[in-house]
Amino acid sequence: MEEEKKQPFLQVKNVTKRFGSVEALRGVDLTVYTGEILAIVGDNGAGKTTLIKTLSGVLRPDSGEIMIEGKIYKELNPRLALDLGISTVYQDLSLVNCRDIATNIFLGREPVRHKFFVDKRRMVVEAQEFLQQLDMDIPEIHAEVGQLSGGQRQGVAVARAIRFGGKLLIFDEPTAAMGVQESAAVLSLIRQLGQKGYAVILISHNMYEVFELAQHISVMRQGKVVSTVSTSDVTPSDVVALITGAGEIPN
Amino acid sequence: MERKLLKTLQSKHFSQILLLLILLVMGIVLSFLSPYFLTWSNFYNILDQTSVDIILAIGMAFVISSGGIDLSIGSVLAYSGIMMAFAMKAGIPVPLAVALGILAGMFIGLCNGLLISRLHLNPLVTTLGFMSIARGFALILTNSSPIFGFPNAFKFIGSGRVGPVNVPIIIALVIVIISYILLNKTKWGYYTLALGGNEEALRRAGVATHKYRTSIYIFCAMMAAIAGMITVARLNSADPLAGWMVETDAIAAVVLGGTSLSGGRGSIVGAVLACFVLGMLDNGLILMAIPAYYQKLFCGLIIIIALVATELRNRKEHRNFG
Ligand SMILES: Nc1ncnc2c1ncn2[C@@H]1O[C@H](COP(=O)(O)OP(=O)(O)O)[C@@H](O)[C@H]1O
Ligand SMILES: [Mg+2]
Repeated sequence: MEEEKKQPFLQVKNVTKRFGSVEALRGVDLTVYTGEILAIVGDNGAGKTTLIKTLSGVLRPDSGEIMIEGKIYKELNPRLALDLGISTVYQDLSLVNCRDIATNIFLGREPVRHKFFVDKRRMVVEAQEFLQQLDMDIPEIHAEVGQLSGGQRQGVAVARAIRFGGKLLIFDEPTAAMGVQESAAVLSLIRQLGQKGYAVILISHNMYEVFELAQHISVMRQGKVVSTVSTSDVTPSDVVALITGAGEIPN
Repeated sequence: MERKLLKTLQSKHFSQILLLLILLVMGIVLSFLSPYFLTWSNFYNILDQTSVDIILAIGMAFVISSGGIDLSIGSVLAYSGIMMAFAMKAGIPVPLAVALGILAGMFIGLCNGLLISRLHLNPLVTTLGFMSIARGFALILTNSSPIFGFPNAFKFIGSGRVGPVNVPIIIALVIVIISYILLNKTKWGYYTLALGGNEEALRRAGVATHKYRTSIYIFCAMMAAIAGMITVARLNSADPLAGWMVETDAIAAVVLGGTSLSGGRGSIVGAVLACFVLGMLDNGLILMAIPAYYQKLFCGLIIIIALVATELRNRKEHRNFG
C-alpha cells in the first residue's frame, strides 16, 4: 500500500518559458505524487502561476518535458490536460462573468437531454449541492457570477474544478479572497482530496495553510524550484528563508 | 440603490419591455398621423418587409453575442442571390440552385470565421474585406446589371402564400423559433455567449473555441444567404446591389434588442422586436412621405448610442472588479 502511494503522477523536467524578455521559468523540475498534497510557495513573480499553466495546457513550455503517468509530453493543451485528469482552479478564476453560477460550474461539460438540450435544471440542482458542500452562502443561485463577491467567485471556481474531478487537482491561491469560514471549508475539502487519493498542488502564501495540509513543499524563486522539502522536516521560518533566499536548508 | 437601478437597466428583459412600449407608442402616434397605418394590409406589409430584416438580425445577434461583428452580410445576401440566379438560369432545379446559393454564402462565412478564429484577425476589418470581395464578385459576375425571370417554384419563396400567410413570414418565424432554442438551450448557444463573455475561460474548459467561433460566422452567412434567396424571389430579380447597407440595420436592431456589443449577452426576442420598431419607423416615414433614408440616420444614431453605453458600462464594471 505504501509503495503504491509513492507513484509519481506527474514529473516536470527542466521546463522553461519566457515572455519576451522575461524568463518566467528557467528550468523547473517538479514531482507530484498520487495521494499527496504538494504545496508550491514563492514570492510574487516567482513563476508559480506560469508553471501550473504549463501543466494545465494553457501555456506551451519553450523547452523541457512533462511526464504524466509515465508518458512524456512536450506540451499539453487544455483539452488534453483535462482528459489526462488535470483540473485547475486558476488564480484569475477563468469565469464567464456575464453567465450564471451553474453555467460556469459546468462550462465545457454541460449535461444534455435528448442529445441536444442543455439540462439546465440538473445543472442548477447539482451546483447548489456543490456550493453547500463548500459551505458557501449564495444568496441567489441564478445570479451572474460577475455580481458575486471575490470569495464567492473563488468558491464557484473551486466547485468547477472539483466537479471536473480527475487525478490531479491544482489550486492557484484558491482562498486569497475568501473569508475565514469559506476558506476553512475549501481547505478541509483539499485535505479530503489528498486523503481520497488525488494528487493535489496547492499554491499559497499562507504558511499556516501550507503546513496544515501539505506533505511536501516546493519553493520557487526566480523561475526555478530551488528546494523541495518535507513539511515534517522544516519550520515555517525555514520555508520563509528559502522563499527570500536568505537561507538554504542543509539536506 | 444605484446597483439596483443598474441591474434593472442591464436586465435582458428591460430592453424588451422598453421595445414593446416603443412599438405601442409608435403605433398610436402613426395611427393618428396616417389613416392607412391601422389597416390590415399595412400591418401585413410591415410583417412581410420585416421578415428579411429579422433573418439578417438573427445571424448578427449570434455573431455580436460571441463578441464579434459581421459587416459582410449585405454583400453575402447579394452574392448568394446571384449564385442562385445563375444556377437557375443554367437549368439547375430550384431546390439544388437554392442549396448552391446558400452554400456559396456559407463559404464566405467559413472564410471570415477561419481568419478571425485561427489567425485572430480583427473581425471588423476581416468582414469589411469580405464585404468588398463578395460585392465585387456579385458585380463582376453580373456585369453589374440585375438578372430577371425565375421559375414559379422559386418565386413562390418570395411572394407565395401558405393559407393566408406569406412564405417569407413563415421562414422568418421558423428561423426565430429555432434560433431562440439554439441560443438559449443548446451547447452551441452556451458557447456562443461564453465566447463573448470570456473566450479564454472557455478554451481552458477544454472547448475547441475556434471551431465554435467559425461556425457562428458560417451561421450568420447562412442567414444572409437565406435573406438573399427571399429578396431575389420576391423581386424576381437578382440585383448585385441588393442588401446595400443592411448591416447597419441589423447591427442597430441587435443592440437595440439588448444584445451587448461587447459580447456575452444576447437576445433573439429583443432583436425581433427591434426589427419591428425599425420596420414600423420605415413604414411610418413612407406613409408620411418623408424620405426613407432618415431611417438610416436613426440606425446610425442607435449604433453610436449603444457603443457609448457599452463603453460606459464596461468602465463601470472594471471599476467594480478592480
Ligand atoms: N502573459 C504574460 N506576459 C508577460 N509576462 C508574464 C505573463 N505571465 C507572467 N508573466 C511574468 O512572468 C513572471 C512570473 O509570473 P507568475 O507565474 O504569475 O508568478 P507568480 O504566480 O509566482 O506570482 C512575472 O515576472 C510575470 O510578470
Ligand atoms: Mg500567481
